[in-house]
Amino acid sequence: MGTYIIKRMMTIIPIFLIAILITFGMIHLSPVDPAEAYLAAANIQPTAEMLAQKRQEFGLDQPLLVQYVNAVIQISKFDFGVSYVTNKPVWEEVSSRLPATIELTLASLVIAIVVSIPLGFLAGVRKNKGIDHFSRFLSFFGASIPSFWFGYLLIFFFSVKLDLFPVEGIGTWKHLVLPAITLALPLIALYTRLLRASVLENLQEPYVLFARTRGIHEKNIMAKHVLRSAISPMITGLGMNLGKLMTGAIIVEAVFSWPGFGRYFIEAIFNRDVPVIQCYVLLAAGLFLISNLIVDIIQMYIDPRISREGRQFQ
Amino acid sequence: MKRMSLLQVTEVSYSYNFKMPLKSKNRSENVLQDISFSIEEGSCLGLLGTSGAGKSTLGKVILGIQRPQQGQVLFQGHDIYNADKMTKRKWRRNLQAVFQDSYSSVNPRMTAESIISEPLENYEKLTLTEKRKAVIFLLERVGLSEKDLKKYPHQFSGGQLQRINIARAIALKPMLIVLDESVSSLDRVTQSLILELLNELKADFGLSYLFITHDIKAAFSISDHLGVLEKGELIECYDSKAQFFESKHPAVKRMRDSILAEHPRHRSLTV
Repeated sequence: MGTYIIKRMMTIIPIFLIAILITFGMIHLSPVDPAEAYLAAANIQPTAEMLAQKRQEFGLDQPLLVQYVNAVIQISKFDFGVSYVTNKPVWEEVSSRLPATIELTLASLVIAIVVSIPLGFLAGVRKNKGIDHFSRFLSFFGASIPSFWFGYLLIFFFSVKLDLFPVEGIGTWKHLVLPAITLALPLIALYTRLLRASVLENLQEPYVLFARTRGIHEKNIMAKHVLRSAISPMITGLGMNLGKLMTGAIIVEAVFSWPGFGRYFIEAIFNRDVPVIQCYVLLAAGLFLISNLIVDIIQMYIDPRISREGRQFQ
Repeated sequence: MKRMSLLQVTEVSYSYNFKMPLKSKNRSENVLQDISFSIEEGSCLGLLGTSGAGKSTLGKVILGIQRPQQGQVLFQGHDIYNADKMTKRKWRRNLQAVFQDSYSSVNPRMTAESIISEPLENYEKLTLTEKRKAVIFLLERVGLSEKDLKKYPHQFSGGQLQRINIARAIALKPMLIVLDESVSSLDRVTQSLILELLNELKADFGLSYLFITHDIKAAFSISDHLGVLEKGELIECYDSKAQFFESKHPAVKRMRDSILAEHPRHRSLTV
């Protein structure tokens, strides 16, 4: 099991090198000349002399391979260069905003898990009963309502009318509640349905029926045979979505004036601030890889057939 | 007074109801009609039948999964479909089953140890060491060993996994085991080894079997009594193999003709 985890971690390195290559290529293939973009962002009238000077400063006059190797070395030291707009190191700016985004993302992930596991499970077990109808309503509601609209609705009722939670900003746990719920709602919708379908599927398994004939307590059948198997596709889905959740946080951050990295990256896109965009793409790739690695490790504990050591017949 | 039978099935009829789309009337199909038989303690009844004769449905009726529309199933004198919770728990414990597909009978995410200890945990309060000891005893009893404890179902062959299913079924020392095509998906050699094991266990633990099968040879090697099920009806019952071979019933004749005679000279050419 340990060797499997190490092997999986080793595969991250080549994937990362390819991701850097792609962002590197993105910069060089785009019609925008970084030196020109820098001068435009700094509101400096570009002259041929200044462009040449900036190109040399950014190392753009060197062979592509040298530039790529330099980029890899720099990125491995978390040096993503200097923002064209603010002239500050990109990583400094991102890392100061990252904790807020991570806090929001993890809070909404916890809410999504805590709500959708019991709801999806009960909806599957009590198919077509009240709880199932409720879960269906909540799922359609959550899947169809845009988060900026839902966020404003929450602000209107819970902050303006009832004065329970603050309208915006960051600080206490109360600040976190509304944005986290807003971000979690589409996930709750998705995972409740996913878990319900997979519970229904597992209830049809012969070994569940046979466990009943053998007189095993219903409670144990549900916990050991149904829920444990049903939860596995949901965990895969969570891993796929964790990276997406962070990027989806951008809208929610805008609605609640949450000081995460969302707005910083949006401004970077408008300003063609290439180092920041590059940092964002690599960060998204990194989050995706790491969350998938975590999910694979969890899966291995839930489903022993996935573990390498178990595969003696293959 | 005659001793009470372990399992008494009286005039059981069962039909499946299909809801036909766009039609108000349901279509129903009779699968079992007026089935009556009994199994005495320590004996094995072999139920023979071709595909679709209603064998598996009968097994499910006896196991309490499908309530028959008519008739009664008495286990140790108690009607299993109208039993209170305590009685139900008792007969479920004493009535275990082994099914045809060994792989779908077990949870693929559980080790052999947790598969076999599940019924023990469910019905008995044992300490960890007692439980481990009981599981090892059962594993060895069915011809496996201690080193198989931590293996998962996909690491066993079909025959080995069926042995684990048998170990799980005998874990609680039940009185009756329903063997629903339990050896049918195994090759001949494995089949005869498992049948041998079942015969040994029957003698050791004083078990009774209901052996449901389409395989005449397998039924012969284990059963004390035989019954033939044809189109949902129990057409004939025999106390010996000779009676089966003397039967004039056309369905029984067909079944008998399907076994190849051991010497080619005795094989008939008619189909």
